Amino acid sequence: MTAEPDGPEDRLRRFATIWSRAVFPVTSTSLTRPEFEEQLLPLAGRLSDALRARTFEAEAGHTVGAALVAAHCTDPEALSRALDCVDAYLVLYCGEDGHQETLRNRSARLQHAMAAGYARALRERTLTEQQAISQAALTARSAVAEALHDSEARFRAVFEGAAIGIGIADLDGNMLQANGALLRMFGGTAQSMRGRRVTEWTHPEDAPQVWRLYDELVSGEREHYHVEKAFYRPDGTALWTNLTVSLLRDADGEPQYQLALMEDTTERRLLNLRLRYEATHDALTGLPNRTLFFERLEKALAAGQGQRFGLCYLDLDGFKTINDSLGHAAGDRLLVEVADRLQSCATAPGEMVARLGGDEFVALTTGPDTEREVEELAGRIMNALVTPISIDGRELTVRGSIGVVEGPAGVRGAADVLRSADITMYRAKSAGGNRFELADPEADARAITRHGLTTALPAALDRGEFFIEYQPLVHLGDGSVRGAEALVRWLHPQHGVLGPDRFIPLAEHTGLIVPLGRWVLEQSVRQARTWQQRHPGGGPLRVNVNLSPCQLTHPGLVQDTVDILEREGLAAEALCLEVTESALIGADDDLLKPLRRLAEMGVDIALDDFGTGYSNLANLRRLPVSILKLDRSFTQGMQQFPADPVDLKIVEGIVSLAHSLDLAVTVEGVETGAQAEQLRILGCDTAQGWYYARPGPPDRLHDLALVDATG
Amino acid sequence: MERPAWAPRSIDISVPSVSRMYDFYLGGSHNFEVDREAARKAMEFMPGLPKVMQANRAFMRRAVRFAAAEGIDQFLDIGSGIPTFGNVHEVAQAARPGAHVVYVDHDPVAVAHSQAVLKDVENAGVVAADLLKPQEILASAPVQELIDLKRPVALLLVAILHFVEDADDPYSAVAELRDALAPGSLLVVTHAAFEGIPLPQEQAEGTVGVYKNIRNPLIMRTREQIARFFEGYDMVEPGLVPMPDWRPDTAPEDEDPYSFSGLGGVGRTA
Repeated sequence: MTAEPDGPEDRLRRFATIWSRAVFPVTSTSLTRPEFEEQLLPLAGRLSDALRARTFEAEAGHTVGAALVAAHCTDPEALSRALDCVDAYLVLYCGEDGHQETLRNRSARLQHAMAAGYARALRERTLTEQQAISQAALTARSAVAEALHDSEARFRAVFEGAAIGIGIADLDGNMLQANGALLRMFGGTAQSMRGRRVTEWTHPEDAPQVWRLYDELVSGEREHYHVEKAFYRPDGTALWTNLTVSLLRDADGEPQYQLALMEDTTERRLLNLRLRYEATHDALTGLPNRTLFFERLEKALAAGQGQRFGLCYLDLDGFKTINDSLGHAAGDRLLVEVADRLQSCATAPGEMVARLGGDEFVALTTGPDTEREVEELAGRIMNALVTPISIDGRELTVRGSIGVVEGPAGVRGAADVLRSADITMYRAKSAGGNRFELADPEADARAITRHGLTTALPAALDRGEFFIEYQPLVHLGDGSVRGAEALVRWLHPQHGVLGPDRFIPLAEHTGLIVPLGRWVLEQSVRQARTWQQRHPGGGPLRVNVNLSPCQLTHPGLVQDTVDILEREGLAAEALCLEVTESALIGADDDLLKPLRRLAEMGVDIALDDFGTGYSNLANLRRLPVSILKLDRSFTQGMQQFPADPVDLKIVEGIVSLAHSLDLAVTVEGVETGAQAEQLRILGCDTAQGWYYARPGPPDRLHDLALVDATG
Repeated sequence: MERPAWAPRSIDISVPSVSRMYDFYLGGSHNFEVDREAARKAMEFMPGLPKVMQANRAFMRRAVRFAAAEGIDQFLDIGSGIPTFGNVHEVAQAARPGAHVVYVDHDPVAVAHSQAVLKDVENAGVVAADLLKPQEILASAPVQELIDLKRPVALLLVAILHFVEDADDPYSAVAELRDALAPGSLLVVTHAAFEGIPLPQEQAEGTVGVYKNIRNPLIMRTREQIARFFEGYDMVEPGLVPMPDWRPDTAPEDEDPYSFSGLGGVGRTA
């Protein structure tokens, strides 16, 4: 649309332009000024028409005023500028050629109407907007309130339904709220809990830091703490809990409440205590066990300056016999009684008794005065064992051997002390038992080897540290080699070659003798078979193998022997088992039965070391024995010349007795030709000794036998 | 102490709200006395603040029209505040009838008011969510219903980023949103800065102090810092500029000096 220059339309536009330029800077509109001017143009037209209308219409002024508000001219300055503009330019640009006075008058009235319309619209808009924003705030609030309510309901359900006890208290310790789980733990009601003070809940078992942590928390120095704590239940029993207390702060960070979360650990704790008790006590006697004893011993040894310890290591004498003859149940009852008596010997503070296992007990005393106390303690123990113990109507006399170790704390380790006590106990035992001995470093040193050997034995067999040497058995009549005695040796990695006297008793003690004996038998039988194969022309070469007392009672003896002979293909007649005289003293038929079975199969049984024990000559005839081996002590007297006549008489008597019982006689320890000749004259059948050959490897024997056969 | 995540933001109209202060600057009455009091204090230091807000509105209006002219018909306005006049949906739907608009704000009053205003408006929705949790925004029902993320979107972050402190890492939130947008989407940003304010910085800092006091700090960023929000976008001409200089409809020389406070710009995803 193009307006005629300076025509009415052009003049109206110019008025609107002036108006928009005056007002635009104080509007809030996001329109551009030209856009804003476009908005004002119809308003200007409305004013222009009203200015020249026949009658005055206030409505036009009202509408224009209201329209300004709608165009976001809400700043009153916009009205002021608009009115200035109308006052100055409306008549000028839109009055055309009307009467000036009348036009000015009409313009003034229009301005009044504009102001009224503007004010009314602004008031309306303000009220509407205020209403709208209040409504929005209200809506938002109730939405939040609803969310809060939902959330509170949820958290209340969590609080009430939690399996863990939850309690809230103020900072003075007044309980405000407790959930069901907490009430159940304490065995109280909500009523009884309300108003209680947290600080009343002390317990003698409270750890020292519990209440310090509490004070730090309520004073805001600490955010939370975690402790194990006991409480009293109304019935006086203890409730043990895992307790976590947290500080709750308000929005400004000021401490406000304390929150306690607790888990009932009473059951678990009891279980732990029981497990701990079971792990540290001997089930049979109820005494502390090895574990607990070592804990205490280590503590005693770690004690400070001036503290000492005394240890009694007790092993019952002959307990195995009681166990074997009366049965394990009786043995157990005996141990229980012994345990009770020992317990009554060590009642002072710092004293304890423990069972290490089997029939081994220890008593420990600690403190500054153990030098004196430990001997008294050992004395009390010996005394306590004096009265016989009645089991199944039998009065059993119990004896014990005690090794005593005493010393200052902080010098030796527990294992070292216990070993010393063990060694000393063995010293007491080998001195006849029923006594106590005090530890002595020199005796310890001697015995330590034995101890070391005992512990090294099992691995030694696995590692093949044993080997066998053979000592020839020579027929005295013609000097021919008839066989050999197998003698086991231990090639110890540190101690070198050890003879059987060094380790067979230890093997007996630990039970290793059974597998070791079986191994020796196996090797020897195999060797005998090899000799026979390599030496077919000569007479059968036999092998003698020693049986220890322990092997004799082992139920697998006969079967093992049969198996080995069969597997290696050796005739039973080529094997001779040597049994010591002492092992057969008082032997009953049960013990002899396996020997009889072996003898019946053709295995020779030799009675070894004959003449060293209480040789029961009358007994000889009922033993399944075919050979007597005279102990070397008989031959020693024949080394000189002339020989001791009494020895000669004895040997002659024994040989005559043996022969009359149909037993062959072998002599040991022959070292000279004179001896050999003498023994031949006396009628001995076979001999062994250095005169013929020392024990040696199997090939040596083969060579000897070969010489023998060819020579 | 930090507000626990489960507790809804409380409605405390005794605390000034930046949305309602913004409304007041624009001559509206969607505000309470606390808002007006704070706004008047801020204006003591920067009497021209309303002109800055007006420049923001005008910039937004041009940017929305630009987006519509580019063929975009989906608008996501985060930090929308109190709807007053010249709102995105009005501008957008005038330019492209049927355009979809989703408003997002974390002020529950602003959200409630928006819901009332939009009650009878088609293809527009409101989400109560925080810019710092983009996944919540993107997963909200209105966004799911109204915005197709496979097609270009105009993302508006108008006068909001300067209310997020660096400690809250606004950059990664903006990046996360960018990664959710289809190629050809636009990012519309305006941001407060000391640059362009026709006052000595010490005086402008008085205004910053007012916002700090109402616990809604105003973070003035440099041009470089603001430009970093456009990482991954190609800047639309004329780039990051004082708001009146961005594709003006009329000569910028006519604008109030305060209008040149802060910077605005539009970027396009590759």
